[in-house]
Amino acid sequence: MDYWNKDIECAPRSELEALQSYRLANTVRRVYENVAPYRAKMDAAGVRPEDIKSVADLPKLPFTVKQDLRDNYPYGMFAIPSSEVVRVHASSGTTGKQTVVGYSAKDIDIWAECAARALVNVGGNKDDFVHVSYGYGLFTGGLGMHYGAEKLGATAIPASAGNSVRQLEMFRDFGSTIICMTPSYAISLIELMAEKGFKKSDFKLKAGLFGAEPWTEEMRRQIEEGLGLKAYDLYGLSEIMGPSVSAECVAQAGMHICEDHFIPEIIDPDTLEVLPAGQQGELVFTCITKEAMPLIRYRTRDIATLVYDKCECGRTLVRMLKPQGRTDDMLIIRGVNVFPSQIESALLSVDEKATNYMLEVNRVNNLDTLEVQLETRPDMFGDDVKTLENYKKKVKAAIDSAIGVGVSIKLLEPKTLARSMGKAVRVKDNREIKNKFEKK
Amino acid sequence: MLIDQISVFIENKTGRLAEVMQVLNNGGVDIRAMTIADTADFGIMRIIADDTEKAISALKNDGFTAAVTKVIAFTIPDVSGSLYKVMDIINDNGINIDYLYSVMGKTAGRADIVIRVEDTEKAVKVLQDNNVQLITGAELCRD
Repeated sequence: MDYWNKDIECAPRSELEALQSYRLANTVRRVYENVAPYRAKMDAAGVRPEDIKSVADLPKLPFTVKQDLRDNYPYGMFAIPSSEVVRVHASSGTTGKQTVVGYSAKDIDIWAECAARALVNVGGNKDDFVHVSYGYGLFTGGLGMHYGAEKLGATAIPASAGNSVRQLEMFRDFGSTIICMTPSYAISLIELMAEKGFKKSDFKLKAGLFGAEPWTEEMRRQIEEGLGLKAYDLYGLSEIMGPSVSAECVAQAGMHICEDHFIPEIIDPDTLEVLPAGQQGELVFTCITKEAMPLIRYRTRDIATLVYDKCECGRTLVRMLKPQGRTDDMLIIRGVNVFPSQIESALLSVDEKATNYMLEVNRVNNLDTLEVQLETRPDMFGDDVKTLENYKKKVKAAIDSAIGVGVSIKLLEPKTLARSMGKAVRVKDNREIKNKFEKK
Repeated sequence: MLIDQISVFIENKTGRLAEVMQVLNNGGVDIRAMTIADTADFGIMRIIADDTEKAISALKNDGFTAAVTKVIAFTIPDVSGSLYKVMDIINDNGINIDYLYSVMGKTAGRADIVIRVEDTEKAVKVLQDNNVQLITGAELCRD
């Protein structure tokens, strides 16, 4: 099987654009009628639904940002009544409040179609055993790839994340052929293999779809060598759909976006102007088939580049190159999105005077670590170790539960952290792969 | 009969202890007794100095986090079983000891002990009632 949906994946651009234009106009009319925040945004921008006739009219529409989802928490951005919503997913938010996304039955089916395309992209077919080690639950990773595997007619292995030795045993005993997980987890499994006496020849792995966090070409080689498979890049975000908004093909030269469902644009994050094809900027998506929560011009904050040339795999769907960073201060720690502001508010909830802190991110044995460094003050200091240890425990518990990632707390002597004249520098990311956008 | 003990917060990094000593030395402070409680990433240095005020201001001027705590010091004969006797008295009276350290006595046959307890006042009374010889900071580690 070369393509899952050849008519779309290899369609001439003019035909694809005609389809996008038709779907866009319908979606814009639908959100204007059914989603109050969109009606307000469009009215404020002076745009009428009938002004949007084709893809070329897209720049007339206002943007959507993550804050819109928070402001309308939980279901205010939904375009259909709850009787038609069959599932929700959620991701952690900066203020401890999650952002909720919804799906109709048709949305789930389209998502499965996108995930099935991703699996076929990397050589998947009905005979494959698709081992999904993304977490199952509110996170979209697990269920997203699971439905794709079933749609394809392959055998889904819903391993979910964790229990690493069992994962390796299942690779061997269940005959997993395609795996889906974060790249850092793949590397930690490779390390475990040596320790537990597994060899790559014990497995039948042929391909892996790795996503949810930034990774390098060096990691790709390491994973391919360590597991004896081809490693491919997978992209997605819950606001738009989940994993498989785009995925690499065997050419390993960028991820094909499911453009019949999501229209990508690249904008300058400062001027908000659309940039010409091939230029690097912030990736923006418009959902054109989604029923439950079709977001219009959603700013992903990911920095990427779009490549419209025909791919050697034969697909005409546009490719996005691996995101090069973020336009905001979001950190991705072990696949989880973390905003420094979340940590700050958790910290201040325990100790309102804890204003001198620094977040240090490292990658130790291929796993991200986050250390919160805090300056001590005379008033938090008695003379016993207990008081400080209890303080550390309280701070750690508050931060862990706010961000969903375990952190370590380090107490520093006063005035140890550099004082900045302007905006305080709160984050030191020592990882080789930065996910912060550094402007040139 | 309580004495002042200075506690200094120290990060576990090379040379930090030497810097505390340097600051105290430059401030003309003489150390009578000292101990360190350490954890994985920090330590608390406990010091009894000849001049607490001077020591605290020297440390704070140099940016250290320091606090003063009241502790009890007593002296016992340097023979086996003598500390046990005192501990037994304290225990019998239901007093919880947070920590204890001993100090090199200058006089042969004498050992000085510093303790921090939960209920300081009660401990002082119990020790005095049982004829344990409490000592002042000035007497600590002196003839």
